[in-house]
Amino acid sequence: MGCERADTLVHGYFDNELDALRAAEFESHLEQCPECVAALDALESLRSTINVAQPYEKMSPAFRKKILADLHVKAAMGSFPARAKTDWRWLAVAAALLLLIYGGWRVASLNRMDSRETLMASKIVDAHLRSLQPGHLEDVISTDQHTVKPWFDGKVDFAPPVRDFTEQGFPLQGGRLDVVDNRTVAALVYGRRKHVVNVFIWPTSEKDATPRSGSIQGYQWIDWRKQGMEFYAVSDASTPDLQQLQGLFSN
Amino acid sequence: MSNPVQGKGSDVLDSQEQVRFETLVLPHLDAAFNLARWLLRSRADAEDAAQEALLRAYRFFYGFHGGDARAWLLQIVRNTCYTWLDKNRKVKDMTEFNEEMHGLPSPSPESLAIASNDRDRLSEALKSLPPRYREVIVLRELEGCSYKEIASITSIPIGTVMSTLSRARRQLQLALSNVAPKEATHGV
Repeated sequence: MGCERADTLVHGYFDNELDALRAAEFESHLEQCPECVAALDALESLRSTINVAQPYEKMSPAFRKKILADLHVKAAMGSFPARAKTDWRWLAVAAALLLLIYGGWRVASLNRMDSRETLMASKIVDAHLRSLQPGHLEDVISTDQHTVKPWFDGKVDFAPPVRDFTEQGFPLQGGRLDVVDNRTVAALVYGRRKHVVNVFIWPTSEKDATPRSGSIQGYQWIDWRKQGMEFYAVSDASTPDLQQLQGLFSN
Repeated sequence: MSNPVQGKGSDVLDSQEQVRFETLVLPHLDAAFNLARWLLRSRADAEDAAQEALLRAYRFFYGFHGGDARAWLLQIVRNTCYTWLDKNRKVKDMTEFNEEMHGLPSPSPESLAIASNDRDRLSEALKSLPPRYREVIVLRELEGCSYKEIASITSIPIGTVMSTLSRARRQLQLALSNVAPKEATHGV
């Protein structure tokens, strides 16, 4: 009474951690061991209970901003205040200094193409952060591209290419209107594992351009132009993830 | 990778390393927070621990020579959390580590009452597990780590990850059935 494998191997099998030989052996064992079948069912039901409950805890956007700011201060000052005992005077000095440097740099380089890009990217990252505030992510919540696409009719004067990529690992979650750089843009919201990806789209008169990507404060962005549309995807997911999404849009 | 943060570390990274840190480590901030959140069971403590771990990671980033940045960061987070739990266990709750030795945990009646939805139910059940079981559940089910990654993050020998997970899952199943008596009676 009591199959030993129902306590051990069934987990390795369930987690895809057995090599091909042991997996095949276990599968033939499964055919004659109701106990292991039951254990496997229980594991599947446990996993679905966990998935339904969505227990993944993300840090609040405000806290994320704070620790990233602390890191940047550290980089700028060459030293770091002790944890949770931030010295606000130094922080203020550093912030003023950074602002000054940033301001000077911005004025000095406003006409340069690459810094315009950077500036745009940082506006996009700001828009992404804004969207993560509670209740801001979607105006229309739907995983159906045929619901999301018509929603934009009459709200923007262009037709954003709305497509669902659930099968490729980027489920469409919804869409909303956003304002970036003084213009109304369409924002599509995709999921990528536990991450949120915003894809901002607006019409452009410039010709197609190959993707450019970068990273600001831990957020990755990728920008490309295709058939009269400018695309900006931004997320805390990895750059290869965003490149994959870019590839899907371009197919 | 047994101890990622040995030695003195450096106070500031040069700009090239800074970029490397931002590209490799910062995408895993949520993973860091999530692990700390479940290990420490409090959002405020988790924020402090995540911040402390991130600073340690920053300081010792020169010692990271490629490989799995998420596992590396999570290992630091875990060490930080255990130091934290050790420091606070005398003051806070002695039961924390005793649970591992004495029988099964069962959620308090108060928590039963508030466990009204799926999320609360799972949360209560998960919180009732000892940290060493809780962490393998979080790493495997929430973070999707492989056994190899779990071994390197938790310092459990790779050969015993499977049996640890097995025990952790059994406890979680039991705890869930205690938290959700409704489902137990209405279920098939």
